[in-house]
Amino acid sequence: MEILVYGTINSVSLALMGLGFAMVYGISRVPNFAHGALYIICGFVTWILFHSLGLPYFMAIILSLCVNGILGMLMYRFVLIRVRGMNISEIIASYAIGLVILEGLRFGGFRGMTYTLPAFMEGSLMIGDVPVDYHRIIMTIIGISLVAGLWLFTHYTKIGLALQGMAQDERAALMLGIDSDFMAMLAMGFGAVLAGVAATLILPLGNIVVESGYHVLIMSIAVCIVGGLGSWVGAFFAAFLIGYAQIITVVFIGSHFQMVVAILAIILTLILKPSGLFGHQKELEERV
Amino acid sequence: MSTQELRKERIDRGIKVRSDGLYALMSLRELSYLTLPRFILIAGMISLPFLMPGMYWQRVISIVCIYAVLALSFDFLSHYVGLVSLGGAFFIGTGGYVAGILNTYYGVPPVLTVPLAAAIGGIFCTLMLLPCLPLKGVYFAIVTLMYPLFMARIIEAFDIFGGTDGIVGIDSFSSAFVEQYFVVCMVLIFLFGLRRFVTTDRGLIFTAIMDNDQAVKASGINITKYKALAVFIASSMGCMAGACLTHIYMWSGISQFALDFSILPIAATVIGGAGTLVGPILGCLILVPVSELLRDFGTLRIVFYASILVGFILFRSDGIMVFIQRKYEQFERWTKI
Repeated sequence: MEILVYGTINSVSLALMGLGFAMVYGISRVPNFAHGALYIICGFVTWILFHSLGLPYFMAIILSLCVNGILGMLMYRFVLIRVRGMNISEIIASYAIGLVILEGLRFGGFRGMTYTLPAFMEGSLMIGDVPVDYHRIIMTIIGISLVAGLWLFTHYTKIGLALQGMAQDERAALMLGIDSDFMAMLAMGFGAVLAGVAATLILPLGNIVVESGYHVLIMSIAVCIVGGLGSWVGAFFAAFLIGYAQIITVVFIGSHFQMVVAILAIILTLILKPSGLFGHQKELEERV
Repeated sequence: MSTQELRKERIDRGIKVRSDGLYALMSLRELSYLTLPRFILIAGMISLPFLMPGMYWQRVISIVCIYAVLALSFDFLSHYVGLVSLGGAFFIGTGGYVAGILNTYYGVPPVLTVPLAAAIGGIFCTLMLLPCLPLKGVYFAIVTLMYPLFMARIIEAFDIFGGTDGIVGIDSFSSAFVEQYFVVCMVLIFLFGLRRFVTTDRGLIFTAIMDNDQAVKASGINITKYKALAVFIASSMGCMAGACLTHIYMWSGISQFALDFSILPIAATVIGGAGTLVGPILGCLILVPVSELLRDFGTLRIVFYASILVGFILFRSDGIMVFIQRKYEQFERWTKI
């Protein structure tokens, strides 16, 4: 029972971390290695707005999500657009931006135990014989509804359909009058907002520390690789796979192995089936 | 006449064209044109330890050389074989641990541990990367980025080889002189060796694999074998650098798998000039001392070299070395269109 409950919670939080990365890669083919940095920066912006400026909590969250979205779009517009299509430069450039943000935050004094966000709701609930606090339940519900919302968004709105068209065939999308650079910028913004949503949902469970930026990056890469790069539905299912696997190893072997599971999942997936569980890239013969 | 009717053209200098062929042997001037850059590099590298004011900066030179070897191996692997490996730390860490284990557990002296670490570590890294060799581009980059993290977590989780404390009490080189000249010679030998190697038949096959691996396959050449050979060369270079690092610090630990060793050589390669082999060394000579100067500011140095990296990727993606080479070999002039 414990495994079931905490496995689900862990899986949803992994899915939240991975969704933004999967979305950006799926649409604009940019592996956004600054994902972890965007996640952390959203946490700190919320903290500053909430504690230093004294805004109401939900307003602070909405504002910091906007800030994050704009940051993601700026990052695409001024940096990544110039290296688009050059895989390795994309990785190096975005990773370097992530490093600048994370280490800059660390240099700016954002470290230690003082940075925490309050939970949405205090108290806990018993599911079977396992105590679960309300925040984790809210997180799970929001996470799942977010995935459903994303699915509806990409299938039934004009912008969503345009993004999907970009993901499927960029040249054809260009011919049909979709501005691919604008859409890619939008996708990057959405990715950053999703990273922010993940941050505001997950960070109240613990302290905001810079190190978790790297952790989030690895986790989101793991989820996306196992699910198949570019398929965010795959990423969602992969999150459950890795999430349960992690909880099972923590319960039966030890908490040291939590990270090992994720990294091993990346390496094994790339070796055995590089397209991932749900990868639907027909031209993978060329890519891999 | 407005500037729009003008364009800049670049023409090879006469002396460059003359010294391309056998005619270079005809006069001292052509000969010196050819040998001067190489002479400056070799003499500069050899005299560096003398020029440094004191122990601390001499130690920095050793570290520069270690990063330079790592950057060389990155440059070779990514621009001559087409395998972009973001896992420099994997090579450094493996080499460091092999040297540390050999030295402390089996009492092998540093003279032997360094070549042994290069061989054993190279074989280990090649075997570990062997299943990933069919991967290309982003996929290979991600998988190699994960390996050092994986090794660090494994060592931490199983608590082997000293766990989080690392292996302590490793012998150092017999003197500072030996240490510096060993690493300086290592850089020079690897540099000129690789420059020679990439023009041999095997080097040609490597470049062909980078350009079009299907065509190489169709010519009846086993590409996995050649990729494995390239990875072995690069990883044993990295492992040798790692072994030297271990002996310099008399310690090997998990932080040798840290991302620093993966990202700094890449930054140096991009800044120095990718695909020139000399460029990475130049980049290390610039980046490492500057980052040492910034050591007082803590993590600011990572911010510093990461922002330089972004700047160079965006605005000067060909690097310093290519720029210098162009100035040395060509002249520019404005002509009418």
